[in-house]
Amino acid sequence: MDLAALLIDWLPFLATGVLLTLGLVIAALGVGFIIGLPAAIGQVYGSRQVRAVINIYVWFFRGLPLLVLLFLFYFGIFPLLGLGGVSPFLVGAFVLGLHGGAYQAEIFRGALLSIGEGQMTAARSLGMSRTQAIRHVILPQALLIALPGWSNEYPTVLTDTSVCYAIGVTELLTRASVIVSTEYIAMPIYLVCAGIYLVLNYVGIKGLHMLEKRVSVPGFESGSD
Amino acid sequence: MTTDDTILRVEGLAKSFGTTEVLKEVSFTVRKGETKVFIGPSGTGKSTLLRCINQLIVPDAGRVYLHGEEVTHAGARINHYRAKIGMVFQNFNLFDHLTAIRNVEIALLKVKGMKEDEAREKALFELRRVGMEDRADHYPAQLSGGQAQRVSIARALAMDPDVMLFDEPTSALDPELTGEVLEVIRGLARAGMTMLIVTHEMRFALSIADELLFMEHGTILERGAPGDLATSPTFERTRQFTGRFADL
Amino acid sequence: MDQTAFIINTLLPALWGGLVVTLGLIAFTAPFGVLIGAGVAVGRVYGSRPVQYLARAYVTFFKGTPLLLLLFILYFGLPSIGISLSPFVASVLGFIFCNSAYDSEYIRGSIRSIKEGQFTAGLALGMARTQVIRYVILPQALRRSIPGLVNEFVYLIKYSSLAYMVTVVELTGAGKMIATRYFTYNETFLVVGLVYLFLVTITTIGAHLLERRVAIPG
Ligand SMILES: Nc1ncnc2c1ncn2[C@@H]1O[C@H](COP(=O)(O)OP(=O)(O)OP(=O)(O)O)[C@@H](O)[C@H]1O
Ligand SMILES: [Mg+2]
Repeated sequence: MDLAALLIDWLPFLATGVLLTLGLVIAALGVGFIIGLPAAIGQVYGSRQVRAVINIYVWFFRGLPLLVLLFLFYFGIFPLLGLGGVSPFLVGAFVLGLHGGAYQAEIFRGALLSIGEGQMTAARSLGMSRTQAIRHVILPQALLIALPGWSNEYPTVLTDTSVCYAIGVTELLTRASVIVSTEYIAMPIYLVCAGIYLVLNYVGIKGLHMLEKRVSVPGFESGSD
Repeated sequence: MTTDDTILRVEGLAKSFGTTEVLKEVSFTVRKGETKVFIGPSGTGKSTLLRCINQLIVPDAGRVYLHGEEVTHAGARINHYRAKIGMVFQNFNLFDHLTAIRNVEIALLKVKGMKEDEAREKALFELRRVGMEDRADHYPAQLSGGQAQRVSIARALAMDPDVMLFDEPTSALDPELTGEVLEVIRGLARAGMTMLIVTHEMRFALSIADELLFMEHGTILERGAPGDLATSPTFERTRQFTGRFADL
Repeated sequence: MDQTAFIINTLLPALWGGLVVTLGLIAFTAPFGVLIGAGVAVGRVYGSRPVQYLARAYVTFFKGTPLLLLLFILYFGLPSIGISLSPFVASVLGFIFCNSAYDSEYIRGSIRSIKEGQFTAGLALGMARTQVIRYVILPQALRRSIPGLVNEFVYLIKYSSLAYMVTVVELTGAGKMIATRYFTYNETFLVVGLVYLFLVTITTIGAHLLERRVAIPG
């Protein structure tokens, strides 16, 4: 049928969109992790000043719509810093990372706080420094506890990447829209696009569940269904 | 009073939380191989005392010496002293993400800087000592309370401590599991380990203590040989407390 | 141009209009989101096989499809099959689908957490199944869902900005137009962002107060 032929024509174009979307997801989760974990540690173990700074960061990036953050950074802050030439993709990845970092900080903070005081006490009683205790005793447990919540970020981040459409990142949704306006068929293309997101969603969640199973430790079962 | 075989000296320890004085001028010395057992009603500062010795709680006043070196005000060297003071908790506090043997190894690796196989060998040795080598690869969640407590004793022993502090090591255990833990502690006493033990197990206290110390309201109200304290205490309060166990 | 003067004389008046639209989007969405969310949740827990299946598909589809794509489908896609919606209506519809899917997950979790005995007790009093659900289960479940529903409400505040992508001139859109016209991206989007922060923050504070009000002892 017509649609099938048309889709085959556009397949490489859409596939590139999928790759860019996945790139955004990985950047968001990766940058988010690199920012979110230290931020959480700072929130729990940092000095008053450190906590204040991180709290403001989390409050700001959780409180603003992603769209506004993208506009602010893409049209405002990057050009202001003389970085107007940075590609929309990189700006999108950066903003998604900062945004994700604020959410991940909350996940890791909750995990850190859920660890009983006895763990730190026991570590210190053995002669570990505070840093050693955090590094070898608290953090590994926090990561195990946080993993299910962290996995739950994936579907959210995946759908969030589509907002990068607004600053011209040529990810999946943007490319679907290009096809719609070129070929003048809307519904089937949009539905195919939705189908692709649903598949990415499903596959990613399955993968993360496998990861959860692999690293599971007795006593830290996630109990996810 | 200080003799050559004094391991631990505690002088005038005091601690308040807010306006409540939890410890008031507590002093004693511990000789090598000695077992001191602290008894007394709940909330009289026994746990606080033990935690002040290794500075998990910083005392307001008083000093603690280990082998004549001051542990209080030790600054960053405190970790060095803590490594030599073993501590066993009521709730075991095993590291939940590590297997039994990794629990014993971790401080050997990170605090003592041992090599992996050296640490493994030492950890296996200590697990054997508490009869837990066959559970070496179990996680804390897979151990009974008694087993977990034995592993936590092995973890403390592996550091080759000069003195061991036990804070109600059997209080969180079902009665049928206390025996195995007390047996391990008895073994340590026979092997000449220096120990401070807080316990509510009167029969155990009487049988293992070289000296029994009765604490109340943050002070050592009365102390002496276990037989004397149990049968002919000076203070009425001691009699009331130990009297419940007179028939033992 | 003087920045303060610009913000007071130009930006804020323009944003005011946008804010009203944003509040309208939220006000039309939130009640239906909870209502449909409750329906979907009940369908998933108590429905017949096909109903359960449908409810699950609803949640999977609307949670898994990006909201922006959903808005495109409703605004740009539907006309091709003869249904034309205004940008505002398309947006509200999209928000309701998305919001209700997420809400239903919280409500389902709460229903599941209610002890079996509650249902049995209701039946024992002679209530019909639907009555038990309506008068015994749902009131408890909704109360337990409040933290989650508030969470989703906060998301709704923020994601209402996507309506701009289908030409609704709400808060973000109003800001974008001013920013482009006067080339004041930083000031404008910071102020727009602060308005959202304000909305989100008062919602969170209000929710804490509400939670305390409706808390049931025990
Ligand atoms: N961190 C703290 N902050 C405030 N008060 C504390 C703290 N730790 C202990 N206390 C108080 O100090 C008192 C002594 O506590 P401690 O735990 O030393 O008693 P204990 O003799 O070990 O009692 P138990 O037999 O119940 O273990 C108690 O009244 C307790 O509430
Ligand atoms: Mg105690």
